[in-house]
Amino acid sequence: MKRVYVNEKWCLGCRLCEYNCAFANTGERNMALALRNLEISPRIRIEEGSDICFAVSCRHCEEPLCVKGCITGALSIEDGIIMVDEDKCVSCYTCILSCPYGAVSPSEHGAVQKCELCVKNRSGAPACVAGCPNGAIVYEER
Amino acid sequence: MPVDFMYPEYEIARNDSRCIRCRVCERQCANEVHSYEESGNFMLSDESKCVNCHRCVSLCPTRALKIVKSDHCFKENANWNQAAIKEIYKQSGSGGVLLSSMGNPERYPVYWDKMLINASQVTNPSIDPLREPMETKVFLGKKPERIERGPDGSLRNNLTPQLELAMPVMFSAMSYGSISYNAHESLARASRELGIFYNTGEGGLHEDFYQYGENTIVQVASGRFGVHREYLEAGAAIEIKMGQGAKPGIGGHLPGEKIVGDISKTRMIPEGSDAISPAPHHDIYSIEDLRQLVFSLKEATQYKKPVIVKVAAVHNIAAIASGIARSGADIIAIDGFRGGTGAAPTRIRDNVGIPIELALASVDARLRDEGIRNNVSLVAGGSIRNSADVVKAIALGADAVYIATGALLALGCHLCRSCQSGKCNWGIATQRPELVKRLNPDMGFRRLVNLLTAWNHEIKELMGGMGINSIEALKGNRLMLRGTGLNENELGILGISHAGE
Ligand code: SF4
Ligand code: SF4
Ligand code: SF4
Ligand code: SF4
Repeated sequence: MKRVYVNEKWCLGCRLCEYNCAFANTGERNMALALRNLEISPRIRIEEGSDICFAVSCRHCEEPLCVKGCITGALSIEDGIIMVDEDKCVSCYTCILSCPYGAVSPSEHGAVQKCELCVKNRSGAPACVAGCPNGAIVYEER
Repeated sequence: MPVDFMYPEYEIARNDSRCIRCRVCERQCANEVHSYEESGNFMLSDESKCVNCHRCVSLCPTRALKIVKSDHCFKENANWNQAAIKEIYKQSGSGGVLLSSMGNPERYPVYWDKMLINASQVTNPSIDPLREPMETKVFLGKKPERIERGPDGSLRNNLTPQLELAMPVMFSAMSYGSISYNAHESLARASRELGIFYNTGEGGLHEDFYQYGENTIVQVASGRFGVHREYLEAGAAIEIKMGQGAKPGIGGHLPGEKIVGDISKTRMIPEGSDAISPAPHHDIYSIEDLRQLVFSLKEATQYKKPVIVKVAAVHNIAAIASGIARSGADIIAIDGFRGGTGAAPTRIRDNVGIPIELALASVDARLRDEGIRNNVSLVAGGSIRNSADVVKAIALGADAVYIATGALLALGCHLCRSCQSGKCNWGIATQRPELVKRLNPDMGFRRLVNLLTAWNHEIKELMGGMGINSIEALKGNRLMLRGTGLNENELGILGISHAGE
């Protein structure tokens, strides 16, 4: 299955991926309209150390702990992609606690949010990858 | 206190209705122009530090930025223009030589733009490169005077070593030190993919790049940095650098701060020491001396590699080239006054040397007149900007061209001409690791390959239009060129007729 992979050697820490992710998931047509005066809460995040930085997003694990832990069945595996059903989520945040990558987070409307490889939003394919200026995140089969 | 405030040359135009405060501009500008003001939630800019490199403009996700030329002005004066006045202020403040980088930007004639290419109509058919074979392969090196046969009549191979190029373009010398590791890697990989050559410049060859040796020209310059036996043997050809178009007559100086880590190792000089290349080679004061170096290098490499002598285009270039053609060199590279540099004194860059078009035409004519044109191949450099320039250069007599500025543009350079600061925001003319990594060679090499592949298509199309199907038939074929707006003298030197003639 194709996944988003990071190559920390080329990550610049510019954080464009965070903004492209946030924008893709607003459903708006214009980034300035969508994100002005908004504190973004992206599903991909840059981790930064002294001289290293890289993007972290959901690994779409083959045996996902978040799905196992979910008490309502709001998280499920669809064609290998871990999806959230917002209507079923009761915001118990068990998944947030169990994800070893910190890839699940609360959304503005209570339910959890996580990377769904942009299959449900307007972008259709990972927006973070498309917007990375240095090829530091790629979407590929490995 | 002297009053020497100078209003910045550029202003940062930020469209606030678009800016989403993502701070990408702030993170990407190594000149620290942008900053975020937490309390008021807005972006600030200090335009006095801006070098107009467009890094922030290119990465701003909402297209909220542009850099505009300041309309702040001095009183109009055609003689004492703004630049002339500002330079006086600068020098009277600093007492120093003005430094610049990249090629001569002044308004001298660009002869490429005053020459037009021919095409076939009616009487001689043009050729469609998509349907018929078209040859852009060239061989650089001395060509034999005559065919020699053995006693049984069979052909004897009397060819001296040649460089085989899939198309008549090579990347010219840029040292590791003046440009980054990633820029070098991009050039090396692209050369291999394209079947052409790149040039180490005078900084030696990083050990990681020995694997690209078959596509590498190793340079020996006046500082002899990084020159040793394996280095000479690693390349496909050796270039003796006598001069550079951007700064004829002077040497080079890579400041000690840039001589760190691998660069010091590759150049074989201690960390932190200035790398000073003398103006002349201290062992070359005549063509005879040059001949000695040519043959020492050939001897050191068992006569297996062609030797290139690179000179800047200066006033007596034809006579100089004639001497070089007799020195045993296989290839002469001529670098015109618009050629780039990582750093040069402004006055020299802008006032010394001559245009490559005139130099090339007069050298080719002189070597033909003297019957020694086959002794050497000619490579022209110094601002070849596109495939039409390549075709014109070949019609004027070049066997191939060297490009460098064009290659750097393909890698992201925006010609801000501040290479000398070492803070290239595009990861090219810098050694700062956080900036170097901005040039991902996987992307860089692809862009170089794309550029030259596109040029090669265009060269074939232009040739096909002229009814020529091999680059050899275009070489020195000045009948394919016509001048516009040129005087008798210029036409005479270029050896072409005026359009309409
Ligand atoms: S967009 Fe690419 S380079 Fe920029 S922070 Fe994200 S992964 Fe790194
Ligand atoms: S694939 Fe889409 S949702 Fe997932 S991190 Fe990238 S931009 Fe965000
Ligand atoms: S990169 Fe563009 S949108 Fe982001 S802070 Fe700078 S000007 Fe604003
Ligand atoms: S120096 Fe370059 S990155 Fe910095 S503000 Fe100017 S154009 Fe933008």
